[in-house]
Amino acid sequence: MLPELGHFALILALLLAALQAFFGLAGPALGRDRWLAAVVPATAGQAVMVAAAFGCLIASFVRFDFSVVYVAQNSNSALPLVYRIAAVWGAHEGSLLLWIVLLACWTIAVAFGISRLPPRFAARVLGVLGLVSFGFLLFTLATSNPFLRLDPAAADGRDLNPLLQDPALAMHPPLLYTGYVGFAVAFAFAVAAMLEGRLDQTWARWTRPWTLAAWAFLTVGIALGSWWAYYELGWGGYWFWDPVENASFMPWLVGTALVHSLAVTDKRGLFKSWTLLLAIIAFSLSLLGTFLVRSGVLVSVHSFAADPARGVFILAFLVIMIGGALSLYAWRAPLLRSAAGFEFASRESFLLFNNILLVIAAATVFGGTLAPLISDTLGLGTLSVGPQYFNPTFLLPMLPLIALAAIGVHSNWKRGRIRERSRPVIVTGLISLAVSLAVVFGYYAGRPGLAPVSIALGIWLVLSSLVDPIDRLRRRLSLPRAVLGMTLAHVAVGVFVVSVTAVESYTVERDVALARGETVQVGGFDFRFDGVDALHGPNYDGVHGVVQVARNGRSIATLQPEKRRYFVQQSVMTEAAIRSQAGRDLFVALGEDLGAGRWSLRIQVRPLINYIWLAALLMALGGLLAASDRRYRTARATAAEPIGAGQGSIA
Amino acid sequence: MNRYLWPLVAFALLAIVLGVGIKNSKTKGVVASPLIGKAAPDFVLPDLRDPDRPFDSRSMRGRWYVLNVWGTWCVECRAEHAALMAAKASGKLPIVGLNWKDDSAGALGWLAQLGDPYVAVPVDADGRVAIDYGVYGAPESFLIDPRGIIVHKQIGALTDAIWESDFVARAVTP
Amino acid sequence: MKARVLLAIAGLLLAPAALAIDTTQLPDPALQARYEALTHELRCMQCQNQSIADSPVGLASDLRREVAEQLLAGSSDQQVRDYMSARYGDFILFRPRMSARTAWLWALPGVLLLGGVVVAWRIVRRRSAMVADDPDFDTPDS
Repeated sequence: MLPELGHFALILALLLAALQAFFGLAGPALGRDRWLAAVVPATAGQAVMVAAAFGCLIASFVRFDFSVVYVAQNSNSALPLVYRIAAVWGAHEGSLLLWIVLLACWTIAVAFGISRLPPRFAARVLGVLGLVSFGFLLFTLATSNPFLRLDPAAADGRDLNPLLQDPALAMHPPLLYTGYVGFAVAFAFAVAAMLEGRLDQTWARWTRPWTLAAWAFLTVGIALGSWWAYYELGWGGYWFWDPVENASFMPWLVGTALVHSLAVTDKRGLFKSWTLLLAIIAFSLSLLGTFLVRSGVLVSVHSFAADPARGVFILAFLVIMIGGALSLYAWRAPLLRSAAGFEFASRESFLLFNNILLVIAAATVFGGTLAPLISDTLGLGTLSVGPQYFNPTFLLPMLPLIALAAIGVHSNWKRGRIRERSRPVIVTGLISLAVSLAVVFGYYAGRPGLAPVSIALGIWLVLSSLVDPIDRLRRRLSLPRAVLGMTLAHVAVGVFVVSVTAVESYTVERDVALARGETVQVGGFDFRFDGVDALHGPNYDGVHGVVQVARNGRSIATLQPEKRRYFVQQSVMTEAAIRSQAGRDLFVALGEDLGAGRWSLRIQVRPLINYIWLAALLMALGGLLAASDRRYRTARATAAEPIGAGQGSIA
Repeated sequence: MNRYLWPLVAFALLAIVLGVGIKNSKTKGVVASPLIGKAAPDFVLPDLRDPDRPFDSRSMRGRWYVLNVWGTWCVECRAEHAALMAAKASGKLPIVGLNWKDDSAGALGWLAQLGDPYVAVPVDADGRVAIDYGVYGAPESFLIDPRGIIVHKQIGALTDAIWESDFVARAVTP
Repeated sequence: MKARVLLAIAGLLLAPAALAIDTTQLPDPALQARYEALTHELRCMQCQNQSIADSPVGLASDLRREVAEQLLAGSSDQQVRDYMSARYGDFILFRPRMSARTAWLWALPGVLLLGGVVVAWRIVRRRSAMVADDPDFDTPDS
């Protein structure tokens, strides 16, 4: 009964989304102001129906309803409750429903958040979001219904993929999708503004907090996925430049550019058409990611089961949404002219450089990710593009970006007075260079290459970002949340750069075959293999190794890397054992039984690796802090007043 | 042209690429062999049925034949076997069965049980010949012409229809 | 093809759960470093989303053995790459070879960067010329 209810709720949600889109878009277009009153009820109704459908699917999983195909494929009677719930979004159909649920959440938040904006504009925003939701609901119902029945019911389920039976990966899709979907809000604001012809800078002000929040969620979502890959896949890597990873990274890069260009548009009324375009592209890349993951056009580690029919549907949806928005852009953007000027070394210039470099980075990732497809289409043959392409080409725009950021945080709006502020820039720069050289040549004794440069850049960005806030605190000036958030995010980027460089340059790794009692030295630590023991879990068994780690003869840790065999799918999983210290991770993964008591082991000492995810978390915190700044709330309250020429800033 | 139209144009091109990608996605992962049109690598390997009489690929010169890569561990090879037996019965093309990284006793048992479609069964125990042929998943089948040139490669199980259209038809009217 | 059928059955996440830990030790550290770099840039054709260094399947270990033997026999890295792509096509190379067919891909980042510099320079020049006519320019900023 529940699955039918859920199915029915989805159909109702589809109809309500259609109403939401129709009244929201047609009302203002035809001047029927009375229609506007129907938009919010339709929105609320749609959200309720979507939530009901989601609840029905969760209930089916919790109650082991193996008469539902999707449940039978992705759950099992031995699966613990928490993973039965996470299994809801463990495969294509349910994760699509999760996408829709999160879009409904964003839509409800937007409906509340913009209730004080001009009603026609607010209606259009909700109308666009309704259209997005309509497309995804139709997609779900037409090609990916999670409520289909299985007759006769399965005796037991085929279990959730053991790789997904993990806390971080249970949380990864919800956070990632919250970010993806959040860019739909920026997109909706942009389209609504273009439809409205209201292209002054106030829409940028309204969009900023939403975009920051979406960006923050996307940051955490990507970081969680990377963390999971690090400890669960057992390879010790954290980023593989896999097409699906790239699919989430491209919207992040463009979203980062958008967050910065919105600042310029908000403050100075500049780059308006560019900001609009970025808002469209950020969401387009989110949709493209959905397409790449679910259509099966690329070879990837993480993709869902390929189905060309789904690909065709998403492509059609992409063409309508993105094609429509870009057509609107081609029509409206020429009207946007700004007479504002700025000097060479002003903040506007630095943010322009930031945008150009981030977009170049995104375009590079885009080109590499789609290269196999492009090459195939042009008849240039099949090819593969892996880390050996992405690592060097990505650095090309990134290193200048960090350097310019370290200088740019000291710039002023309009005027290129950077020379007056050159002292902190130079002092922090020299300190960073000295520290970097000391660390690289003193502590790590060599292997220079780009490492000293990029470590210096990272430290420079950290120090340089801190100069102004510390100065303000010392002078007992207030520190608005926007400034605090920005500082936090910039510091985090610096930390990120340093830690990634350290990991990439100074990881010590050995793959060894050890017999019981044998010791191997890796990175100054002694790893002694003490054999393996049996292992018994709720839905798996296997073996775990015992590895004693010592430094200078003093024991510091016992690591127990596991090799699990899950009963239902009979798949073998490697669970690495990791001991995190302040400065490094000690990582041991158990390989194969080589016979005669010998096992293969992968042993790594990875410096500073935890700071990669800590940095991502700090970036996201910075984003949320900035999004909660008072100026956006006051802006909202005053927004209903008629808007003038839209020059200057309000706050 | 209005420069604000460029994003739309770029997106249209992208949509075409993605459309072609969907069209080709059924064969995604099937890698066209660079060996088509090139000489089939020569090898000498012991024959499964009589290890003392090595099989020399050069002995097949002067006639069309098919090199079929198989193993008892390969699920699809079992599915393909009936088609191979039918192909043998039709007598149009001889089939050489390269036994890839397999256990010989098991392989002999397989042929005794399911029938033996091969004129020869060279045993590639360490997989070196398979690497020379660019084999990456059994079953694979190569159509080789009288001069020893690889004319066609089938990745995945053969069926009666594929056998007729892609192998026999090519060999009769090259 | 076996690999593809398995992929279809696996249904959702296709990530291989097990990893290969390759304990091959070549006698010379420089050779060992080249061996590790090479095995990481060759795609495992059977599972397609791992390098042969990480893949547990039989073909990957055969190819690793091949790489090791050729390096020991004195082959250059490029000779090993050519050997592999002659048999498996360019698909096996995670680092696309530089050729007329991939020139666009390798040129892309540089071309983008040059284009970016030109665009940035033009915008900044135009905007800084507009300072004089900007009525808003001298109003105090928040």
